Amino acid sequence: MKFVRLIIISGGLLLIWQAIVLLTGVPPYILPGPLSVAKAVLTHSGSLFGHAMTTLFEIIVGLLLGTLLGVSSALSMISFLSLKRWLLPVLVISQAIPVFALAPLLVLWLGYGMSSKIAMAVLIIYFPVTAAFYDGLRSTEPEWLELAKVMDAKPLVVIRQIRMPAALPAFASGLRVATAVAPIGAIIGEWVGSSKGLGFYMLHANARMQIDVMFAALAVLAIVALALYFAVDWAMIKIVYWQKDNGLATKAQRHEGKK
Amino acid sequence: MNNGIKTDTDPVKCPSAPSIFLENVSFAYPGEEIFRSFNFTVKGGQWTCLIGPSGCGKSTLLRLISGTLRESLSGHIRFSHGNDHNRLTAWMAQKDLLLPWLTVLDNVCLGARLRGEMSVQKRERAISLLENAGLGEYSNSLPLELSGGMRQRVALLRTLMEKRSVILMDEPFSALDALTRLKLQDLAASMVKGATVLMVTHDPLEALRLGHIIYVMTDRPAKLSQALIPPGSPPRKPGDPVIVSLQAQLIDRLEGRDET
Repeated sequence: MKFVRLIIISGGLLLIWQAIVLLTGVPPYILPGPLSVAKAVLTHSGSLFGHAMTTLFEIIVGLLLGTLLGVSSALSMISFLSLKRWLLPVLVISQAIPVFALAPLLVLWLGYGMSSKIAMAVLIIYFPVTAAFYDGLRSTEPEWLELAKVMDAKPLVVIRQIRMPAALPAFASGLRVATAVAPIGAIIGEWVGSSKGLGFYMLHANARMQIDVMFAALAVLAIVALALYFAVDWAMIKIVYWQKDNGLATKAQRHEGKK
Repeated sequence: MNNGIKTDTDPVKCPSAPSIFLENVSFAYPGEEIFRSFNFTVKGGQWTCLIGPSGCGKSTLLRLISGTLRESLSGHIRFSHGNDHNRLTAWMAQKDLLLPWLTVLDNVCLGARLRGEMSVQKRERAISLLENAGLGEYSNSLPLELSGGMRQRVALLRTLMEKRSVILMDEPFSALDALTRLKLQDLAASMVKGATVLMVTHDPLEALRLGHIIYVMTDRPAKLSQALIPPGSPPRKPGDPVIVSLQAQLIDRLEGRDET
């Protein structure tokens, strides 16, 4: 059903797009129609695929590193109270600086290769992952902790066996947000300076007035981002297996269970 | 329904469950004095019920005894065995507190899992407890597949699995419907025989069914009434005329009328 709805939505959007092109008579170098974009995807499929793989790789490595960093930050903040007082302001400051503004610096420091793009993606997703997971770790049902204390559980065991699994639903929503924004990091990085990736390819096509190719790269990027999002979403549902529904519905149920 | 529960897997094996002595205990939350020079003895091996209005400090008392609340506590809490709180008490709350990501069996074994003491014997004991409580087929289910009464039964088994000689119960059956509550009270009474139980409740009938000794706790700082010892041994039948008349008396005491 989810899949069917997705097809209907994308089909509808394509129809609106085509209608706008037909009704307004925009020239194709401003807004090409879906058909000519599809044609561009086919004729440039080889290079599009190559660039897409580069961008996808940057996003995935960025996600992995960012998640690892976020999870370990959240865990150390919950384990060492004094560390939290130092790390939390840093976290907030890191969000006050727009990551986009850092892109030229990152390229300067880390070079034209993939590492600067990965660093961008890491910077973008670090905050949502850390904030969500830390929040989850902090808001463990206090009576679970009390029960563990009566059972003589050691603090580290409590974190591993109670706080961490209890924080997984919050972590999952943080990671969903992170997955949705991670492509931004990679693309910005590619725009600022690179010779590979969909962001680079879009600029390249734009400079040559190949607007249909630019749109083709955009379409491929959207597909890559969507596929990644659904893969992560599916994995999160598997990880948080004890929640039969996601999001709001589960919260309501949990509330009901409480009284 | 309880036939066979007592026979092979008598859950609490302690020849002499300890008494608990509270001597001169004072405790306050910020701006709120709960206990002032409070003295109280819980007799070993018996089921003591503490009944009182909500917010009179009953749950706090259980937390002080279990050792989860120690700050700003003065006075002594002793057990007749001489041991400190550790490894002596088990705690059962109003909420079942089952971990939703663990199976029913793993929840029953939670204490052993948290202490890294899981063994084949413990697992088998948990399985036989579950079977005796009529939950055998749910061992591998997740808590969310169970009804409220079943979940609280699992919580009771988790408490018994700890094999502690002191069991602290904080309104453990109050969230259940009347019939389920009666059944679970019978099950609990048969399964914890021999342990020192201190149960907090605000249900006079529950106290009269289960308690060897009943105290009414009122006021702030907390005061205890004289002990009420209902005739016969628990679990008593809810329709027993003695119970019914005592219930009226207990409600009077709760409302602060007849203070004898």
